[in-house]
Amino acid sequence: MSGLDFLTTRLETALGWGRKYSLFHYPFITACCGMEYMSAACAHFDIDRFGAGLTRFSPRQADLLLVVGTVTHKLAPVLKTVYDQMLEPKWVIAFGACAVSGGIYQNYAVVQGIDRIIPVDIYIPGCPPRPETVLDGLMKLQDKIQHQKQDWRWAGKP
Amino acid sequence: METRIQREARPESMLINMGPSHPAMHGTIRVMLELDAERILNAEVEVGYLHRGFEKTCENKTYFNLLPYTDRLNYVSPLINNLGYAMTMEKMLGVGVPERAQLIRVLMSELSRVSDHLTCLAAMAMECGAFTVFLYMMKAREFLWDVIEFTTGARMTTSYIRIGGVRADLHPDWRGSLATAVRETRRVLKDVGGLLDKNSIFLGRTRGVGVISKEDALSYGWTGPCLRSTGIPYDVRKASPYLVYDRLEFEVPVGEFGDNFDRYRVRMREMEQSLRLLEQVAVLIPDRAPVTGEPAIEPAEAIRVSRRQKTAARIRLSPNLEGSEKARYADLMTPDRPAALGSAACGVVVPPKEDTYTTMEGLISHFLFFMDGHGIRPPKGDVYFSVEGGNGEVGFYIVSDGTDRPYRLHLRAPCFHIVSALEQLIKGRLLADLIPTFGSMNMIGGELDR
Amino acid sequence: MGRETLIDEIRTKLGDAVEGVSYSFGDDVLTVRPGSLRSLMTALRDAPFDYAVLLDLTCVDFAAGEGRLELVYHLYSLSRNVRLRLKASLSAADPVAETLTGLWKNADWLEREVFDMFGVRFTGHPDLRRLLTYEGFEGHPLRKSYPWRLAQPRIPMKDKV
Repeated sequence: MSGLDFLTTRLETALGWGRKYSLFHYPFITACCGMEYMSAACAHFDIDRFGAGLTRFSPRQADLLLVVGTVTHKLAPVLKTVYDQMLEPKWVIAFGACAVSGGIYQNYAVVQGIDRIIPVDIYIPGCPPRPETVLDGLMKLQDKIQHQKQDWRWAGKP
Repeated sequence: METRIQREARPESMLINMGPSHPAMHGTIRVMLELDAERILNAEVEVGYLHRGFEKTCENKTYFNLLPYTDRLNYVSPLINNLGYAMTMEKMLGVGVPERAQLIRVLMSELSRVSDHLTCLAAMAMECGAFTVFLYMMKAREFLWDVIEFTTGARMTTSYIRIGGVRADLHPDWRGSLATAVRETRRVLKDVGGLLDKNSIFLGRTRGVGVISKEDALSYGWTGPCLRSTGIPYDVRKASPYLVYDRLEFEVPVGEFGDNFDRYRVRMREMEQSLRLLEQVAVLIPDRAPVTGEPAIEPAEAIRVSRRQKTAARIRLSPNLEGSEKARYADLMTPDRPAALGSAACGVVVPPKEDTYTTMEGLISHFLFFMDGHGIRPPKGDVYFSVEGGNGEVGFYIVSDGTDRPYRLHLRAPCFHIVSALEQLIKGRLLADLIPTFGSMNMIGGELDR
Repeated sequence: MGRETLIDEIRTKLGDAVEGVSYSFGDDVLTVRPGSLRSLMTALRDAPFDYAVLLDLTCVDFAAGEGRLELVYHLYSLSRNVRLRLKASLSAADPVAETLTGLWKNADWLEREVFDMFGVRFTGHPDLRRLLTYEGFEGHPLRKSYPWRLAQPRIPMKDKV
């Protein structure tokens, strides 16, 4: 079956390459980190040169959910709905300390990290993270996407 | 869970939800609209999606520890929140702040104010379709944030303005970076003015839209640029001057009609006035000679030497503490009430690190400042103080019961009152009018929901 | 008129509503009876006092020590550039006050927030419901009796690994 293996490996590389350099992100912006997101997306620290510059303002058209800022318990169902509306393959980046773990807020109103609601791929710490940190996190996600394996059972691969 | 608008809606109209996850980057607010084709018949605004329990958290933190929480209130102009809190505490404690610290505070406030207005107008213009304006203004904001970063260490949420003064002195090349920032911002303002002031599309979307009368604006408790766009020249910096604003020359621009275009013009002109203030303050701040001269010794050696005798040599602190050395304290921090051994009194500011590491009194006053139950303990009572924020009058109301934690801390958020008028402003208008109206209000979630 | 004469004027004209006058760190404070709050506010809003702006309305919870909730109003007079603080004490067991909705338009949301955070009911308010927390949230968060970290999640939270 080495021929099939060779094909699937090449295909996986090509898919990973294609997906990682054409990320359409949905910025789920809530709080202060939104300002650093704006800085990262604009001319000075361009996110577009990584292929991720196109902001899709609908979750159904996006494949990267950038949860930027604090998520409160009031907002949690909305986040879950937005995540559920996205199509596979999808990735989630927790941007900022509040999305990662609740940040400096540990009280009745704040969700202690969005990984209590949805699965997260990359955590970007910082309060707020510098745009270079954001770009570093994005590059780590691109590495992760490149090395993701697909499900080839339908092609007869055991 | 039926909302009010669902209960009141007519059966033939359409209900649209502009949900909390907003494509327009204002954060999280939910606007439910009842539409008849494009016309808005009724509107309901739901806030609270960023309610992070700021006031309850502050009741459980000491006065010094809760400073970073104030940064995250109006997060586009964080230093002004710091300033409001610090000045409220200084009013309560009855301490004065040295002149240089006051000038630095004005500098930081005006930098924050310009970046607040830049962000507001950039978002508003982008939502109307002018993406270039957004990119230009973000570019200018980067230069302003550079100035803030070189001095305070952080671009945005800095916790730089402390109770009793500022954290550290301005960085050595502050004049150069400030001149660059002012020049670039002026260039951007000129470009943006050329793009938007006479643009028929922008005028069509903002002139005569979102109009509010003077009486309504006062009745809603509007302050700041939104109130000044109706023609009322109320500015806290002129009405009750704080810091050194009474010595500085600046105008308070007012609009005429109270519509979106006036709010845009008021903000543009306010930015020019802020740049003027920055230049005046830059002239007033004297140059300090860099702290060199006598040879400096390393802290470890100073500690060793101080075990036997008081060390008089200058101690070389780590680069992280640059600008906050003991030599600068007289200019930057209020004079510390000396902590007598065995007494419960401690100062209002953190003692300088040179003292903390080498003298007994310094170490004890450091402990007394940070220990649980000790620290800043203002007298019992309540106080209210306000400063002019990017959106209007930012007020802090603090109730103290004599302990080291506030009994109650309340923020008078300017955009809370401004957004409460949104339902009235968009009723009867077209759906597309909601976007520039809401954009010109500069709703900041951290301040609105606290 | 100067600040002292202003306070004297208020006392003479509206004497029975005002319980006390104090001076706290440079601010003028009037303590008023909650029953006459609305009539006092109406008089203060109009000429000659002319406090045109309701800057703020908040509440302080003294339920544990003194069994009362204290409403704190901040007024501002644009024409005379003076601020005023008014305080009214309500019983902690059943805190009720009159609404100011007809007088100032921002009273609507301010009172909703005080209701949400403290449980103070305002009679005559057109639509008194929660503002910052959500429907289904039990309790009033800023009361001292409400635990600081007691979360009430709307959807189930997964355990952190």
